Order: sequence, then C-alpha cells, then structure tokens
Amino acid sequence: MRRLRAAAVPYLLILPGGLWLVIFFVIPVIALISLSTQQGDVVDGFTQTFHFANYAAAWDNYHEQFVRSVLYGAIATLLCIALAYPMAYWIAFRGGARKSLYLFLILLPFFVSFVLRTVSWQYILGDNGLVLGPLKSSGVLPESFRILATGTAVVGGLTYNYLPFMVLPIYVALERVDFRLVEAAQDLYASRAVAFRRVVFPLSLPGMFAGVLLTFVPVAADYVNASLLGGTSNTMIGNIIQDEFLTAQDYPTGSALSFMLMAILLIGMFSYARILGTEEVLEVAAR
Amino acid sequence: MTTLRNHAHGRDYSRRNALRFGGLSAAGLALAACGVQGAAPKQQTSSQALSAAQQFWKAQKPTKHVNFANWALYIDPSHDTLKQFTKATGITVTYSEVIQDDPSFFAKINPIIRAGQDTGYDIMVITDGLEFGELLQLGEVTPLDQSKLTNFYKYSGKAYQNRSYDPGNVYSVPWASGSTGIAWNPKYVKTPPTSINDLWNPAYAGHVGMMADPQEIANFGLFKLGIDPATSTEKDWKAAAAVLLTQKKLVRKYYDQGYIDALSKGETWITMAWSGDIFQQNLSSGTNLQFVVPKEGGTLWTDNMMIPKNAANPVAAMQLINWFYQPGIAAQLTEAIEYISPVPSVQAIIKAGAAKTAKPDDKKTLLEVADSSLVWLSADDYARLKSYVPINSKTSVTFNSIFQPVVAG
Repeated sequence: MRRLRAAAVPYLLILPGGLWLVIFFVIPVIALISLSTQQGDVVDGFTQTFHFANYAAAWDNYHEQFVRSVLYGAIATLLCIALAYPMAYWIAFRGGARKSLYLFLILLPFFVSFVLRTVSWQYILGDNGLVLGPLKSSGVLPESFRILATGTAVVGGLTYNYLPFMVLPIYVALERVDFRLVEAAQDLYASRAVAFRRVVFPLSLPGMFAGVLLTFVPVAADYVNASLLGGTSNTMIGNIIQDEFLTAQDYPTGSALSFMLMAILLIGMFSYARILGTEEVLEVAAR
Repeated sequence: MTTLRNHAHGRDYSRRNALRFGGLSAAGLALAACGVQGAAPKQQTSSQALSAAQQFWKAQKPTKHVNFANWALYIDPSHDTLKQFTKATGITVTYSEVIQDDPSFFAKINPIIRAGQDTGYDIMVITDGLEFGELLQLGEVTPLDQSKLTNFYKYSGKAYQNRSYDPGNVYSVPWASGSTGIAWNPKYVKTPPTSINDLWNPAYAGHVGMMADPQEIANFGLFKLGIDPATSTEKDWKAAAAVLLTQKKLVRKYYDQGYIDALSKGETWITMAWSGDIFQQNLSSGTNLQFVVPKEGGTLWTDNMMIPKNAANPVAAMQLINWFYQPGIAAQLTEAIEYISPVPSVQAIIKAGAAKTAKPDDKKTLLEVADSSLVWLSADDYARLKSYVPINSKTSVTFNSIFQPVVAG
C-alpha cells in the first residue's frame, strides 16, 4: 500500500500543473491547429476540409508582417541587452546594501497597467506633446516631424515594456559570480577588460540566454505597442492575428497565422539554444 | 537554471511518463475539438418571429434595472435623458460606452450569446452593416415587443419605420443616423476640402486619417473611383483596394473611434469622420474642427437599438427604447449628439427652445443644431449619400480578404 502510494506521488505532484496546461494550453492549441485548415464563415460555421491553402494564402498576404515582427523583436531584444547589462552589472557588483531597493525600482513600472504605460508614451511623444510641442514651436523641428506612428516609436515602446525581463535574469546570473574569481584573474595579470571578457561575461551568459527567451518571444508576438504607437507600416503579426479574429471573422486565417508564429518562434529559439545552448554556456562558464 | 536541469535529468523516467500521459489525453481531446461550431438556426420569417416573440414577451417579468451598451459620444454628456427615465419609471440605467466598432463588438458578444449566456447588456446599438445581418441570421437578438413601441410608431418618421434591412422593425429600431465624410483641422488645412481626392493630397502626407473598418474604407475607395457601393462587384472591390493602397504612404494610421482624438490633437490634419462626432468634440473640447460630405459621395448609415438574446432585463429595455422616441427626449439627444434623429418633430422643438432661452450662448448652439446641414440633410445630400456595400457572411470572406490587407499595413 505504501509502495503504491509512493509510486503515485510523482503523478499527484504533476497533476494540478499538468491539468492546467492540458486545459488551457493543449486543448486551445489543438483547436487552433484543427481550425487552421477549416473553411466556412461565422454564420454557417467552419468545417474541416484540410484546406492547407489557408497557410499559403496567409503567408502571401502577411509575410511582410512576419519579417517585421522578427526584426522588431531582434532590435528590441538587442537594445534590452545593451540597456540591461550595465544596469544589472552595477546593481550586482556595486549595489551594496540597497540591491533590493534598486530591483524594486526596476519593477515599479509594473505596478501600472501595461496598456496605460504605453498610452502614456502617446502623450509624451505626441506630435504636439510634452517633448515635440516645445521643440516645434521653437523652430528646432519642422511642423510635420513625428515620432509616433513610426517604427522607432514601436521598437522604443517594446524595449521599454520588456526591459525588466532582461535585467532580472542577467542580474541573477551576475549576482552569483564570485568576485574572488575576478581578483584571481587580475592576480594572473589579466587587465580589467580581459577579466570581464574571460570571466564575468561567460558566467553571465546563462542569464542573458534566459533574458533573450523572456523578451524576444513576447516582443515578437506583441500587438499593443504597434497598435498604440505604430502607424500604417509598423503593423506586427500580433495585430494581424487580432484583426483576423476580431474584425475579419476569418478564424482559419487567424489560426494559421498563430500557428505559423508559434512554429517560427519555436524553431528560432531551438536553433538559438543549439548555437548558444545552455549546455555549452555552462561549459564555457566552467572553463 | 542549473538546478532545474539536474532535476530533470535525475527524474527522466517520470517526466517521460508524464509526457506520455499528456499526449494520450491530448489525442482523446483532439477528437472532441472541432473548432468553431456551425449550423446556425435558420432565420425565421417575420410572421413566425412575431408569434414567437409574443410568447416570449408574455413570459417576461418586469425588472428595475437596465444595462445599455452604446458607442462613445453618443448621448447627452450629462445623461439627463437617462436620469429623467429613472425618475419617471424607477428603473435604474447602467450606461456603458463599450462599442468601439461593430466587428470587434460582434466578436465579443457572439461567443457569449452562442453559449446561451447573458452578455450583460440589455440594449445594444448596432450599425446597419455586415454584423447587423449576422446577428439576425444567427438568431442572436430578441424580437422586439411591438406593443411597447407606442412612441416609436407615433412619432418617428415613415422612412425610419421602413428600413430595408429590418422590415417591420421586428428586431430593431433606429437610434440615430449619420454620415461618414471628411473632417479637417483648419489650423493645418487651409483650403477647405470638398473632394475625396483631398484625402489623397500629398501635402498632408503622414497626417491623413482613415478608418480601419473594412466597410467604411471600402466605400471611400469606391467613391474615389466613382462606383456606387450598392451595385459594386468583386472586380470593383479589388480596384478600390488598389486605389486605397496608393494612398497608404500618406496615411498616418487606420483608426477606430480614436480618430477623433488624433484629429483634435493635431496628429491627423484631415481624416475620415462621422458627422456628429465632430460637432460633439467641438462642443466638449472647444476645438474648431470642420466636416464635409465630399462631392463624389459619402456614406449614410443608421445605428439601431437591439436587445441581445438572453438579456436579463428585456421588459425594462423595451421601456427605455420607447422612452427615446418622445419628441422632447429625442430633441435633447439631437441637441447633444447632432446626428440625424428618427423623430422629425425634433427640429421644431429645438427651434422653439432656441427662441425661448435667455442665454445667448445656448441660443447660438441650439440654432446651430436646428439649422445644421449635417442633421437636416438636403435632397442633394441624400443623393450623394450611399449605404455600405451589401455583404453577407458568405461574400464578406472575399470582401474582407480584399480590404483587410489594406488596413493591415
């Protein structure tokens, strides 16, 4: 009896989380895949005809937005790294007793809704808003200059909104670095730059890897920034999917696009893990 | 991350088993998952619907509350018309401006009604476009209690009692009509636009606003080509989409209701707009925006009150619907929203009100409304105004696949 119970323990442990994922992830994904090859309309309903042409049509119409999403995602992720690394480094090594305060400050914007934070950008960057208004009336910028409704605004908003997801994992990785290793490297005549390049940076790679996963995937699929800050040529694939479902009532196309996005992100992430896999990262770190 | 990996390695067998378990249940569920269910009930004939409605209404009990879903800037800002209703009937009203556009509102309520649940709204205001027809076809609206529409039949104009998309007023009664035309901000646009071509003027590059709704934007593409939306074909739609694409580099954004905000902030200089919004915005924010129906044509639409199926307070909803057709209440509404009222006597009431009022400001505003060419359209205007392209759920698939990429960008 006791042995039976012991055998059941791993299943019982996995049951709540597993059920959660089955109900809220597996079922919708299966429904999505099934819907993506159906044909029909809202009134008569959609029927399964294994119409794989949905995928070709979706790609024909919207490949531009796919490419743009990946591109914006990559730029925003790189910007996040550039901004987050020095910040995390400073907090980890120079933060002293107030480390948790600094981390709290980074998380502070998260106490305001995501959409509200982005809307506030509309006001700050508005054509006649806080920043551009005075610059225009003083003649520094021409009347028709704008930041809103451009790719710059969208990438900026994305970077801003996802920055903490990059700071935190890098911080965790750096925080664990034993500073005596750096001192040892310097004892062995490594300059500060070399010590950073050969010791600290490799040790922080797992954190950066996690940071890239946490930012790139949601950034590439984001639709709030593009719809609030973007214009007519900054639409991302998330907006298209939303429109297909909510405006065009074209559920098969929306599903096909969602599934393609999922596949592209998964393949991208797996090849990224392959090239800079955690395994290798750890090996580098151990060297 | 390292600890996670170690755990996974040490307990590989259980993980595999768990995956197998997950895969099995997924396979079982795949059989059940069939996407979106179809087979909508066939639309009833009006006489069938009427007798079914009579039975339905007999079974209903009056309630003391009603939830009203409407568009932004579409009622008197003080909600006086609603307060008077509560005073007269004891029925409280929750008024929410939740409708941003028809497609997304339809997408929100359709699954709820389909699942047999209450949307939380007892009255909703829907435009005479694609979604209106779909709600009827899907049987997702409750036929109105004709015996409670006394004010509507007594005071509304004949044209509003004979609407082609809802003969016999079985499912809906009109809230207001209006036109889609061109609005501009005179601070940036010096020569008043008269033609649809002004939306294609490169001088306004980056500051042109267009609407995101495919039905709205399709009409403007067709007007530019001189095609009547009522008789347009798939070939015409493609041509219209092509001409809209040539405009895209000038367009700042394809807007929903947010266009009005962009126009008043100076982000767009010239934009597609709904007639009454411009007046309301000027009134509430002191802006000086202008509006015109372009000479090539504009769109005439009617928004209609409907009761969604499974609504909790249908009897109170009927009372409120009928309330708005009292000429006095209708006049209050028109003064505030400056859209076309289905009650013709409103114009005389507003004029009389203007003659009576002592404050010169009020008098000026009232006279403006009473003489507004946007509210009291001339025969010439009516000749230029067209309805949306008549599409149904079948043709809309083609229609949207042509116009959606324009808006997508």
